[in-house]
Amino acid sequence: MKALVAIKRVVDYNIQVRVKADGSDVDIDGVKMGVNPFDENAIEEAIRLKEKGIVTEIVAVTIGNAANQDILRHALAMGADRAMLVETQDTLHSLGVAKVLKAVVEREQPTLILLGKQAIDDDAGQTGQMLAALLKLPQATYASQISIEGNQATVVREIDGGTQTLSVSLPAVITADLRLNEPRYVKLPNLMMARKKPLENVALDTLGVALSHNVKQLKVATPPARPAGVMVKDVNELLSKLRTHEGIIA
Amino acid sequence: MRTLIIAEHDGQHLNEQVARAVTAAQAWQQPVDVLIAAAQADALAAQAASLQGVSNVLIASDAALQHPTAEHLAEIIVPLAANYTVVLAAHSAFSKNVLPRVAALLDVNMISDVLEIVDTHTYVRGIYAGNVLATVQSSDAKQVLTVRGSKFAAAATGAAAGTQTVAVPAAPEHSRWVAEAFNKSERPPLAAAKVVVSGGRALGSAEAFKDVLAPLADKLHAAIGASRAAVDAGYAPNDLQVGQTGVVVAPELYIAVGISGAIQHAYGMKDSKVVVAINQDPEAQIFKIADYGLVADLFEAVPQLTAAL
Ligand SMILES: Cc1cc2nc3c(=O)[nH]c(=O)nc-3n(C[C@H](O)[C@H](O)[C@H](O)COP(=O)(O)OP(=O)(O)OC[C@H]3O[C@@H](n4cnc5c(N)ncnc54)[C@H](O)[C@@H]3O)c2cc1C
Ligand SMILES: Nc1ncnc2c1ncn2[C@@H]1O[C@H](COP(=O)(O)O)[C@@H](O)[C@H]1O
Repeated sequence: MKALVAIKRVVDYNIQVRVKADGSDVDIDGVKMGVNPFDENAIEEAIRLKEKGIVTEIVAVTIGNAANQDILRHALAMGADRAMLVETQDTLHSLGVAKVLKAVVEREQPTLILLGKQAIDDDAGQTGQMLAALLKLPQATYASQISIEGNQATVVREIDGGTQTLSVSLPAVITADLRLNEPRYVKLPNLMMARKKPLENVALDTLGVALSHNVKQLKVATPPARPAGVMVKDVNELLSKLRTHEGIIA
Repeated sequence: MRTLIIAEHDGQHLNEQVARAVTAAQAWQQPVDVLIAAAQADALAAQAASLQGVSNVLIASDAALQHPTAEHLAEIIVPLAANYTVVLAAHSAFSKNVLPRVAALLDVNMISDVLEIVDTHTYVRGIYAGNVLATVQSSDAKQVLTVRGSKFAAAATGAAAGTQTVAVPAAPEHSRWVAEAFNKSERPPLAAAKVVVSGGRALGSAEAFKDVLAPLADKLHAAIGASRAAVDAGYAPNDLQVGQTGVVVAPELYIAVGISGAIQHAYGMKDSKVVVAINQDPEAQIFKIADYGLVADLFEAVPQLTAAL
């Protein structure tokens, strides 16, 4: 079966982004970028399913500007077979991304559609569920375990207070949580080899997707810092400090 | 027009976050209805009807709703949405699974984890693991959103809203609930606890969570939390993870033990009223967000603290 993995290029998770002086947006000029961590788990899972002989072809797709080719190369170096850049200068929100991905799914006809559970820049966590809805397909979000037998996927999901197991018939949309797997490191020879793998550029306009721009970011700001704390020298001092706050400790 | 709240529950009790969503919903100054989708909805409906500020409780009752899927819930909610301009829920693993599906079927955007409702179309929410606050505006005809419960007070009880039954379409067959495993605990639920004691990688073992952290949590009637490193190492179950990928908590007191304070962890706890950090590294990031910092070996300091309480 064919697996499609949707990946997003985001600011590296170690970097604390800054707000532009005019508060119009975050300043990500020259900041280190990479594959959204959850999307790396999604790629890794597709590769493991291929190694098990369940998946036969892995297509990685991203929507964004030309700079996004680097994360596609990364996916190819990890083990994806082909990559597709849906090129646009536009900033899309989750619904827009889901609409574009729907068009890609209709073209590629994958059996397994994998995404990350959330992008660590917008922290929306919506695209997978929206894509499933638009395709009228079942969804299994926050996957920490996926097993596939015939046309059924059994997915263990991380939910509040524990886990839930769902059985969905394929094709289905599954979103990856961090505990799904440990993504493999990309070695230099893999990156060299990945240059030979096909990477297709598709202009967004050619997909015939109608997009609205109903969500606007009016401004961004740095959250108020917590007031500076104090260091205490021992447990007794800590306790006496805590007792100054009413009702916290007896 | 009206506002619809999707209520989360465990089959018997309404989640305490529902009352917070009711408060958030007052921002639209229009009638607020609450949807209860359950196998046995009567007791739950009564709990929802008692919340001040609720006009009507919609009851979707069906045996299949013992363990509802997102697909099924979306099919119940979408036809109802014709009568509503706002559909909202408290942000949780439950609502963030269902509402994006609803929003897409309605062809509107969704705004996740709203911290502040500025006006009927404008919201403040965190991006980049809460390091940045973004003010966003949606011009969609329907507003679909989840709100951060801890940012809104719980609505009072004592009211008596009317109830009304709604149609339940058959459950879609392409998705089936198989099992659930909840980590049973006598402790207060993490998201709602007044005190949270969290352990990090430094605990070093599941035994240390039990022998070092649990006695402190017992004394404080606290919930136990964990960092991702502790969860990944198997010291604590995954549902105890606090942070960007886990639960967001805002207790009166948060005690971080042997946690470095990575931004992804801070995301989940920096709204706590009082933060205590115990870490042996004076340079640890966690001290920057702690009200009280103690540089110490946790294996000495935590038992001392427990004994002194
Ligand atoms: C996409 C993404 C999402 C993530 N989401 C989350 C999340 O939701 N929650 C989360 O927690 N993390 C999350 N992380 C991981 C996060 O980046 C950190 O790796 C993690 O929080 C570190 O856990 P820790 O503080 O327990 O471990 P460490 O960073 O290893 O810190 C251990 C600390 O213990 C101290 N210590 C060691 N021994 C002792 C001792 N005897 N006594 C006292 N102190 C001691 C050390 O000084 C150190 O500061 C995420 C990462 C990514 C990429
Ligand atoms: N521009 C994009 N291109 C490809 N995939 C995306 C894009 N944006 C989001 N996704 C996918 O959707 C997931 C959830 O994103 P979000 O809804 O923005 O949190 C991500 O983890 C990706 O798998």
